Amino acid sequence: MIGKALQGRGVLRVMMVLVMVFLYAPIVSIVVYSFNESQLVTVWSHFSTKWYVALLHDDQILDAARISLEVALSAASGSLVMGTLAGYILTRFTRFKGRTLFSGMVMAPLVMPEIIMGISLLLLFVGMEQIFGWPERDLQTIVIAHITFSTAFVAVVVQSRLRDIDVSVEEAAMDLGARPVDVFFLVTLPLMVPALVSGWLLAFSLSLDDLVITAFVSGPGSTTLPMVIFSKVRLGLNPEINALATLIILLVGLASGIGAFKTAFKPAAKAAG
Amino acid sequence: MLIASNDRFQPWLDPTATPQLRIENVVKTFDDFTAVDDVSLNIYRGEFFSLLGGSGCGKTTLLRMMAGFATPDKGRIFIEDTDLVPLPPYERPLNMMFQSYALFPHMTVEKNIAFGLKRDGMPKDEIAERVAKVLDLVQLSQFAARKPSQLSGGQRQRVALARSLVKRPKVLLLDEPLSALDKKLREATQYELVTIQQQVGITFIMVTHDQEEAMTMSTRIAVMDKGKLVQLGTPAEIYEYPQNRFVAGFIGSVNMFDGPLRENHADYAVVDCPAWGGPIEVGRGIGYGLGHLTTLAVRPEKIQLAKLDQPFAPVNRATARVKDMAYLGNSYVYHVVLESGQVLKVTTPNMGLAPEQQMRRDEEVQIGWDPSACIVVEP
Repeated sequence: MIGKALQGRGVLRVMMVLVMVFLYAPIVSIVVYSFNESQLVTVWSHFSTKWYVALLHDDQILDAARISLEVALSAASGSLVMGTLAGYILTRFTRFKGRTLFSGMVMAPLVMPEIIMGISLLLLFVGMEQIFGWPERDLQTIVIAHITFSTAFVAVVVQSRLRDIDVSVEEAAMDLGARPVDVFFLVTLPLMVPALVSGWLLAFSLSLDDLVITAFVSGPGSTTLPMVIFSKVRLGLNPEINALATLIILLVGLASGIGAFKTAFKPAAKAAG
Repeated sequence: MLIASNDRFQPWLDPTATPQLRIENVVKTFDDFTAVDDVSLNIYRGEFFSLLGGSGCGKTTLLRMMAGFATPDKGRIFIEDTDLVPLPPYERPLNMMFQSYALFPHMTVEKNIAFGLKRDGMPKDEIAERVAKVLDLVQLSQFAARKPSQLSGGQRQRVALARSLVKRPKVLLLDEPLSALDKKLREATQYELVTIQQQVGITFIMVTHDQEEAMTMSTRIAVMDKGKLVQLGTPAEIYEYPQNRFVAGFIGSVNMFDGPLRENHADYAVVDCPAWGGPIEVGRGIGYGLGHLTTLAVRPEKIQLAKLDQPFAPVNRATARVKDMAYLGNSYVYHVVLESGQVLKVTTPNMGLAPEQQMRRDEEVQIGWDPSACIVVEP
C-alpha cells in the first residue's frame, strides 16, 4: 500500500536511481579512468589504452593474477569436496556421537574474525614446519588456509539443498535395488548439482578475494593479486590497477550474464521439450 | 467392498495354504516409545492386505520394517522361506510405493520406471519392453518423456505405482498411496488400484488411516492401535463384529451401552442398560457369567426411527427426542436424546418421504432395533 503510494509519486523511481548510482558510480568511474592517459589516477587528460598495454607487460601483476587463479581453483575444488561431505553428514546422519561439536566446528569459520584465523593458521604452519619440516609457506599453505574457511560456506549451501531433497527419494532408489554408493551418485548427487555449482563459485570468489588470511600464511614468491593491489595502493595508486579492475569487472559481468541468460531460458526449453 | 468381497478368494481359511509373508512377534522401540509391539501376521499370495490405524499406531513402522528401512528389535519377517531381516532394502524381493511418491525429479517418467530394472542389469531392449508394458497398464504411455514436475498429482501417483510394479516384486508395499489425491480422484483410483492388483496378481500390503479406503479395497484388514494388532479380518467381519470399543469406534461410527448381563441363553441374552432405560436383548449368547459388565454396540444405520403414532415392531424399543438432524443427500443423520440423556447417532436412507412423515427437530419419536443388530464388544 505504501509502496503503491510512493510509486505514484515517482519516489520509488528516484530512490532506485540513487541507490544504483551509489552502488555503480565507483565502478563506472574506475572503468572510465582506466582509459585515462594521465599518470595521475584522479586527473583526466585524454583517452588512451596505454595502461592496458602496460598491464600486459607488468609481470608482477600477471604472475599474481595467475597465482590467485591457481589458488582459487584448487581451494574451491578442495572445499567443494570437504564441504559436500560435511553438509551430507550433517543432514543425513542425524544421530552420532559428537554431532553438535562437529557441526559447531564446521560452521565456526563463518563467524571467526579473519585476523584470528590468519594468526592461528600461521602459528600452526610455523609449528608444523618446525616439527615435521612441512609445509613451507607458499601456494600450498594459502590453498590449505582458503579451503579451511571456504569449506564452511560450501557446507552451508549443500546442507540447505539436502534438507530440501526428500529422504524418501533416496529410500526409493534403495528400494529399487540401488546400493548406497549408487544412490549417492545416481540420485543424491544429481539433485545436489545446483548447490555444488553455487558452493564452488562461492568458494572460488572468496578465495580470489581474500587478503587478510592470505597475507598471514603466504611466503615469498607466493603473492596473490589482492596482495599486489593492496601493496600498490599503499605506494600510490597506478592507473594500471584501473585497467586490471576493468578487466575483472568485464569477466564477472560476462559470467553472471551467461548465468542469468541460462536460467532465464531454461524453463522455456523445458516446456518445449 | 464391491470388488473385494465378490470373489471367493479366502486362502486364510484354508489350513493347507502356506502364507507368502510371515511376520513373527515383531517388536520395534524408539527410545522409550514402543512403535510396534509383538505383532504377528500371515499374509497370503494375491491378497490386498491393509494395515489400518490412526497416526502413531505403528502401521508405517511395520511397513518400513518389511521394506528394510527399519530393523525390528525382536521377531522375524519371512517372505516364503527367506528371512528378510538380515537383508538390506536393495536385496529384498519386494518394492514400496511411497506416500510422497518419491519420484526422481531429474529423470523422465521412462527413466524413473527403468531405474530399478537397470540396477538388475537387465538388457536394454527388455527394459524398454517392460517399461512400455507397465506404462500402458497405468495409461501413461504418452507421458513417457515428461519430467515428474510436468505431471498432475494423479499422474505422478500412477508413475510411482508403475515404478514399483515394473520389477514384478513378490509383494508390493503401499504407504498411504491415495492420501495426496483429492476426494473424487481418490475414489476412482481405489477401484483402479484393485483392478491393477488383480491384473498383475502381486500381493499388495497397504498402509492407510482411512477406514473407508481399507474397507473398499482390501481382502483383509489388520487394525492397529498403540503398536498392537487389535483385530484382523475381512472388511465385513471387522465392521459387523468389532472385537473391542476401539475397533468399533474407529471403523464407522457406533453407539455404545454398558450394563450387567442379566440373562444368558444359547441364542439370546439380556443386558440391563441404565442409559437405555431398561434391558436390551442381544441376538446371541454371550461368553460371560451373569452380572458381568458388558458393552454393547449398535451401528447408526441399524437403528430404526418412527413417529409416535406409527406402528413400530423392533424388540428393543424406547422413546427419544430428536436433538439435531443433518441432510446428507443420500441419507439423514439424526442425533436423538434418550431419557437418560445419552445421545445416539442414527442414520436413515433418504427414501423421499412426504414432508409430514419426516422427523422434525425436538419431536418425540420411537427408536429401536432388533436383537441381531446388537453386538457385544470388549471394553
